[in-house]
Amino acid sequence: MLTKRVKNRILFFLFIFIISIIIAIFILKSLNQNILYFSTPTEIKQVEDISLDKAMRVGGMVKKNSIVVNNKNIQFIITDFENEILINYAGTVPNLFAEGKGVVAEGKLKDKNFFLADRILAKHDEKYMPPEIKKILENNAK
Amino acid sequence: MLSNIGSILVFFILSLSLLIIYYSYVETQTTRTTIKKNIYNLSLFQVTFTILSFFTLILGFIFSDFSIINVYENSHTTKPLFYKIAGTWGNHEGSLLLWINILVVFSYLFLIFNHKHEKNFRLYTLIFQNFLILGFVIFLLFNSNPFSKIYPEPLEGLGLNPILQDPALAIHPPLLYIGFVGCSIYFSAAIASLLSEYSGKQFALSIKSWVQISWVFQTLGITIGSIWAYYELGWGGFWFWDPVENASLLPWFAITALMHSIMVLEKRNTLYEWVIILCLVTFILSVTGTFLVRSGILNSVHTFANDPSRGLFILIFLSLMIFTSILIFFKKHKKEDYNFNSNSKETFILANNWFMVFFLATVLIGTLYPIFLDVLTNEKVSVGPPFYNIVIIPLVIPFLLLMAIGPQFNWINSKKEKLYKTLYVFFGACLINLFLFYFFENYGLYSNLILITAIFLILHSIFDAKKSINNKKKFIFPRIISHLGFGLLVFFIGINHQYSVEVDFNLKVGEIKKFNNYEIFFKNIKVQQNKNYKSVIGSFKITDLEKENINYLNPEIRIYTNPETLTYEAAIKSKVNSDLYLTMSNLPRSDFYNIKFQNKPFMIWIWISAIMIALGGFVQLIIKKNEE
Repeated sequence: MLTKRVKNRILFFLFIFIISIIIAIFILKSLNQNILYFSTPTEIKQVEDISLDKAMRVGGMVKKNSIVVNNKNIQFIITDFENEILINYAGTVPNLFAEGKGVVAEGKLKDKNFFLADRILAKHDEKYMPPEIKKILENNAK
Repeated sequence: MLSNIGSILVFFILSLSLLIIYYSYVETQTTRTTIKKNIYNLSLFQVTFTILSFFTLILGFIFSDFSIINVYENSHTTKPLFYKIAGTWGNHEGSLLLWINILVVFSYLFLIFNHKHEKNFRLYTLIFQNFLILGFVIFLLFNSNPFSKIYPEPLEGLGLNPILQDPALAIHPPLLYIGFVGCSIYFSAAIASLLSEYSGKQFALSIKSWVQISWVFQTLGITIGSIWAYYELGWGGFWFWDPVENASLLPWFAITALMHSIMVLEKRNTLYEWVIILCLVTFILSVTGTFLVRSGILNSVHTFANDPSRGLFILIFLSLMIFTSILIFFKKHKKEDYNFNSNSKETFILANNWFMVFFLATVLIGTLYPIFLDVLTNEKVSVGPPFYNIVIIPLVIPFLLLMAIGPQFNWINSKKEKLYKTLYVFFGACLINLFLFYFFENYGLYSNLILITAIFLILHSIFDAKKSINNKKKFIFPRIISHLGFGLLVFFIGINHQYSVEVDFNLKVGEIKKFNNYEIFFKNIKVQQNKNYKSVIGSFKITDLEKENINYLNPEIRIYTNPETLTYEAAIKSKVNSDLYLTMSNLPRSDFYNIKFQNKPFMIWIWISAIMIALGGFVQLIIKKNEE
């Protein structure tokens, strides 16, 4: 026979346990819905059934002589030296956005060749290069 | 010359640390009740040498002694004096020396200010603090020596990253470091308390002020960092849930929980174990944050040229710290009985801690998840603001409610009738919200709930303040100031979020852009030569067609030569009720300039509220000092 004290304690721990599980599920579920996957233009080409309404990131180099500007949008091409993707963006570009430099665009795919970006990622160091792009360059140098 | 002096001084610090550990240990074995004079002297020497070594490095930067690699890599003769000095801690090696300075200064101050407490507790604290000092000095000497020499001496330095040449960023690292490294002293004290069995109320009293000091500095440091990001990064936001920002927020959650639960330990002599855990966790999280940022795992402006061996050292040190503290904790901890009434202050403080742990867990998962996924599956992901907004915002609502209600309760047990007043205040808050809702545009359910609870907390804090003035209870002022600050912060962030206007477009010189009720005229650009940079200044005329007022804004593009970098300086016109924010950036091969215009209501109030939160802690320190 359990005393009242022990019973209360067990109930208390059970309560904490259930609450923590609910919280964990809640956090992990929202995490799963809100992570952004990173892809290169080549990966986008290769995947068969790519989801068009999920936000994602595309990274690579800004292709030389590809930037076109009008009074609303900026268009440019991201390349990983194998495949390319056209980016359309309305917004402010970061400091180091330039042709021939690394870039990461965040937004949604229209189709496999066209990407609507709502954010171009800024990093503030001239030495800095996003790790994803560093990897692309290393792979292509081989 | 300076580099030799510096290296010798660092070597002295190392030897003194070993001596202190040895003598303190011998001293713990004696039966005397006071600490021998020689330990005080050794500590005094240690603190003097440490501060001297830091001054030596500052001198190196002021006189541009390029024979020191660190100065060569991070300074330049044309740099203004202020940034030469700030450059001392604007790089990895220098900031590590600052880190050691704070460890040593806190160690010394803790020794001399806690003379009322038990001898062995103080000695063990000193021993563990010196183990920390030892670890970081070894790291400094073998991996990141700021006094390393270069030969032949270069004629000119490479210069400091221009984005760091900013007054807010000059004071941001020292503030944050005092906040983070200040936690070390109660990390050591917690272990000392377990070993010397000096627990309960006395332990709480010995570390309380140190917790408050580091909390105030952390809060200020994070705020200054946020202000800097607002005007320097040119995005017009103040919090991005960037992994590096998160790394600074993690210890803040732990220390805020500690600030609250330490009161329970002081007044009710319970929750001792939980306080110990929080003491340990706070400093461990500070070092973890440093590890994540410094190792280059999280990339950002804080990552100086990153080097995996640094990360490895911090990782080894961190594991040692965690392992030792867990070992001692499980060996020495004692069973405790908790007797809490549901209608007592301590229960609400515990509720605060639960929320803090939840926020901490969320941010920790969001920050570490991409790293783990990368290591395990090589998949690259990032966790953005939506995750944090979805998980954290709903919980802010009950959190704010409890924050207003909790302090109304007494310790141990309190009567129920007090809560009726709270209900009136709540209706008041609903009415004010209805008023806001009616006069401005409407907003969603979440925003309604958040604004109601924020107003509720604000009103309640104001009533509490009035009551405490009548009753002359000045010791609750710090709590009222901080809680009021938090209520205002959430309120202004909510309003700011609802009524911000943000437009991006491209414009040529001489063109006009019209939207909503604004008209923006890009008049001209001019070039100006400054001491160490050239700037292209645009001049814009902004007309608010509705209110018929005109503002002129002049954003800049700065071209630095050493090192060669472009920065965009936002033009910000701060007014009491809103900020006008404009950035201009050039686009390659085009006459267009990329313009971002924002009208952000109540921006300065967000900063004022955040500073108010820190002010609460500061007031508490002053009040306590006057009582003594």
